[in-house]
Amino acid sequence: MKHLVVLGAGTAGTMTVNKLRPRLDPAEWRITVVDQDETHLYQPGLLFIPFGIYDAGDVVKTRREFVPRGVELVVAGIDRIDPDESRVIFEDGRTLDYDYLVIATGTHPRPDQTPGLTDEALHDTIHDFYTLEGAVALAEALETWDGGRLVVNIMEMPIKCPVAPLEFVFLADWFFHERGMRDRVELVFATPLSEAFTKPIAARHLAHLLDEKKIAVETDFYVEQVDPERNVLVSYDERELGYDLLVTVPVNMGAEYIARSGLGDELNHVPVDKHTFLSRDYDNVFALGDAADLPTSKAGSVVHFSVDVFTDNFLRHVESLPMLERFDGHANCFIESGFGKGLLIDFNYDTEPLPGKYPLPGIGPFSLLEETEVNHWGKLLFRWTYWHVLLEGRPLPLPSRMLMAGKRRVEP
Amino acid sequence: MATATLSGYEIHVDEEGFMTDPAEWSEELAGFLAHQIGIDELTEDHWKVIRFLREDHATEGTTATLRRVSTLGGIPVKQLYALFPKKPAKKMAYIAGLPKPKGCV
Repeated sequence: MKHLVVLGAGTAGTMTVNKLRPRLDPAEWRITVVDQDETHLYQPGLLFIPFGIYDAGDVVKTRREFVPRGVELVVAGIDRIDPDESRVIFEDGRTLDYDYLVIATGTHPRPDQTPGLTDEALHDTIHDFYTLEGAVALAEALETWDGGRLVVNIMEMPIKCPVAPLEFVFLADWFFHERGMRDRVELVFATPLSEAFTKPIAARHLAHLLDEKKIAVETDFYVEQVDPERNVLVSYDERELGYDLLVTVPVNMGAEYIARSGLGDELNHVPVDKHTFLSRDYDNVFALGDAADLPTSKAGSVVHFSVDVFTDNFLRHVESLPMLERFDGHANCFIESGFGKGLLIDFNYDTEPLPGKYPLPGIGPFSLLEETEVNHWGKLLFRWTYWHVLLEGRPLPLPSRMLMAGKRRVEP
Repeated sequence: MATATLSGYEIHVDEEGFMTDPAEWSEELAGFLAHQIGIDELTEDHWKVIRFLREDHATEGTTATLRRVSTLGGIPVKQLYALFPKKPAKKMAYIAGLPKPKGCV
């Protein structure tokens, strides 16, 4: 009996076991999925909580609900992996031997990586929205805030869902308009990048929107420390940026057990082949989703397209056949822009987001790099799709490979 | 992709002047590249960074981030800003003859 162990029952881990269970003979394959807790969080929904659009109940379900029959769910903290012995060691001392391992424990905000971002400072004048507790606390803070300078800052790239901080400022602009206090709020977006986004053509479109909405942008702002006494962000090149309310996106890092296992890079992300997800060091270890060091966005859509490629490859790899499918880095993200509208971007390792229509060329219904109401509804409907289609590994009629059809080439 | 001539060296560069073929680089060329972006003298500390970047690129195939140079190369970010003022990630890649850092996606 061979044993596949999947670490992490989030988006990537859950989809992986749902895709693989029907395709691996139960007489030959045991599958175990491990997580440290019972709660599955719909992470794209966190963005909406601070503005009262969603509440906590909208974004949580139990992990068990999505673990298929024939897959064992183990709830335990992971101490480390011993990849030479093909063994997982839990914090309580138990062990689990595997033949094949999939690491899918994501990436997580780490406020402790920035001096001054202490537990005491968080949730007073400093907030975050990448955790459920953070998003709920921020909703309470915004409810009573009477205005001033709101700074949204990214500490360091890469972060998961790299468009979410921009969406946050767009929604904040709308939120304060609705409350009749936009004139009392100064919005500032501070990023360590040289532009509003990582990809130049999309960055230009987004810069235009930021300008239109009177959101100031502070670029190349790489934070050295936060001074919560003076309410100031200090950059490495010694600029200071004051705030009345700071919404920060902390440094993101993979799980600590990955560092303890000697499997991670400087941010505890696992180095893998970017086309097959196979570990560069171990032939029976894969990493999927945010946990891997893929040079594309850390996003649920990437996981979705990856898992399709991974499933076919895995079945060949365990038969010692070459992996034929190659992941192209396809990512696809809705960007909420406020006032009931949104944008959509679609890109891969080689092609940056371009304008056009998606998924049907010329028809859509979604428009790429353009603000429309349909895009906004697409984003809201996606939550249903996530719970009812994606996690259970049901097919969506979207090809995993990015297509040029429907896109317009633009001069760089 | 264009070619440029710098102090007698013919090199391939992108539209912003970053070298695109690491094999065309040499230590002497690094001095000329540094001069072009306002760094007149490459000290031993500069060289420590440049060598780390070159070696890391040779094994990883990508240009290291500030955090990577700091964590694995042992040169604190603050010092990188002192050595390569304002935009250290871009400046050190430029001098080391490596592709412009992708800015992470």
